Amino acid sequence: MMTDLAKLTAHEVLDLLKSGRCSSEEVVNELLTAIRSNDQQIGAYVSLDEEDAIAQARAADKARAEGGKGRLLGLPIAVKDVLNVSGQPCTCASKILRGYISPYDATAIAKLRKEGALFVGRTNMDEFAMGSSTENSAFKVTRNPVNRDYVPGGSSGGSAAAVASKEAIAALGTDTGGSIRQPASFCGCVGLKPSYGRISRYGLTAFASSLDQIGPICSDVRDAALLLDVMCGKDAMDSTTVDLPVTDSAAGFSDDLKGVTLGLPKEYFIEGMDPEVEKAVRNAVRTCKDLGAEIIDVSLPHTEYSVATYYIIATAEASANLARFDGVRYGHREDGIDPIDMYCNTRQAGFGREVKRRIILGTYVLSSGYYDAYYLSAQKVRTLIRADFGSVFKRCHAILAPVAPTAAYRIGEKVNDPLQMYLGDILTIPANLAGICGMSVPCGVTGKGLPIGLQILGAAFKEEDILRVGYAFERSMGQFSRNS
Amino acid sequence: MSQAGQRAVDRIDVAYVANLARLKLSADETSMFQNQLQDIVGYVRKVMELDVTGVEPMAHGVPMQNVLRRDEARDGLTIESVLLNAPAKRDDQFVVPKIVE
Repeated sequence: MMTDLAKLTAHEVLDLLKSGRCSSEEVVNELLTAIRSNDQQIGAYVSLDEEDAIAQARAADKARAEGGKGRLLGLPIAVKDVLNVSGQPCTCASKILRGYISPYDATAIAKLRKEGALFVGRTNMDEFAMGSSTENSAFKVTRNPVNRDYVPGGSSGGSAAAVASKEAIAALGTDTGGSIRQPASFCGCVGLKPSYGRISRYGLTAFASSLDQIGPICSDVRDAALLLDVMCGKDAMDSTTVDLPVTDSAAGFSDDLKGVTLGLPKEYFIEGMDPEVEKAVRNAVRTCKDLGAEIIDVSLPHTEYSVATYYIIATAEASANLARFDGVRYGHREDGIDPIDMYCNTRQAGFGREVKRRIILGTYVLSSGYYDAYYLSAQKVRTLIRADFGSVFKRCHAILAPVAPTAAYRIGEKVNDPLQMYLGDILTIPANLAGICGMSVPCGVTGKGLPIGLQILGAAFKEEDILRVGYAFERSMGQFSRNS
Repeated sequence: MSQAGQRAVDRIDVAYVANLARLKLSADETSMFQNQLQDIVGYVRKVMELDVTGVEPMAHGVPMQNVLRRDEARDGLTIESVLLNAPAKRDDQFVVPKIVE
């Protein structure tokens, strides 16, 4: 009987499963034990069906015994509570979807399921993915496993906390303005945001349709590559997916970075950033140089406009996407004298504060008299932000930068100042606006022991490049991400 | 020429906009949001500082064309699954309050 299965990476667990040295049921039981003893304090999960998890594991073990060969056969994956998994709850951490059971699988889920993955647990998040600390969940607070007085980041804080605390082998998150990369950074795991159009958004509860992407949060870069490869691909159900061949993203992995040019954008080392974060990232840059990379200085001149641009575009899209929550067809309903009254009462009762704030802002910037000045202007500035990256990627394979100006902060510290919270997203937002890919890899800790992530940004559809950089860096760090 | 220099800071009327968005805010929420959102509106107007003459708006991360398919019937969700989460249903229909003219 193997122990400490929960502390392994996904690819290590899959090796054990393939060689018959452990069963999926053993892996799942270990996770359930860890969750039972820890999650009261961490709060990574909003729901978990233990019986169903074991049933799935047994079915996978049976399938394997009968010759099943799925690439992820028997691997349990925790899912951010924003993705539809048939028969499982999907609340988006909102009262307005309390009790909702998904009638279908998201495409990304279906692809994982086809390769034999198991879906164990729904992880906590900021409500409708709106937030950077998971403090906006309607149901519970998730605590950073490294220090429980601190936030895990957001909006995929539950997924990051689950992986970091070994309550999950791997998890799914979503990233609209940094919601995979930042919690991965705050919790000390790997988080990958694929290029826009890589992974289908069908079955992902939409926040901002031109920005959202699903991605893996896991223990190492190899796991991220594996999950990316399984989930990506053109999908008839999502016309924004691109028709690119699915490759083996880990094929280019090497222990060195010879021949790789990496750019350091001066605008990302911002005034007022935590000196410990800056130091850790600059050390990481030096490590990459020692691995053979050439480091050049680059500029992304429109960086300072990215937060403003994002909070116009994302909220505008959100105001449209959240119009469907009206109490008619699913979710919570409050009575009303007529349908409009019902919508108003339902939405008032069902949505949390941050969600309401963003819906109102988004409605405003789209409304008559304001559309041209705000929304249209923001769409044009977005073109400039994308062009900045286009120019830089002509000169380097990938960009290195911090993920956030600080490491995790105390729970409650920023809840009363929404604008301050928004400004913390400045380093992750541009990648979503430009549609490019980005990853956070652990690169150090603060004096208080809080994790610091290195952000690696790559050109659209060049996930192989950022994965290659991340892999070599991680190897040289001696698997920094493993808290054993 | 940027717009920011010519355009005074817009005032957001939270109560009015909330109604457009079918949100029935409490008095406390209205006043809290009025202050917070006015600050945010004051910040996001930063996008008007840039000269965007001749710049095309970017609506999507990938070049999008109108995507069509053949008009052929396909399987979708079953009626049962569609009604699975209905707050009120009857005879394969969603029940809602009467629309008052």
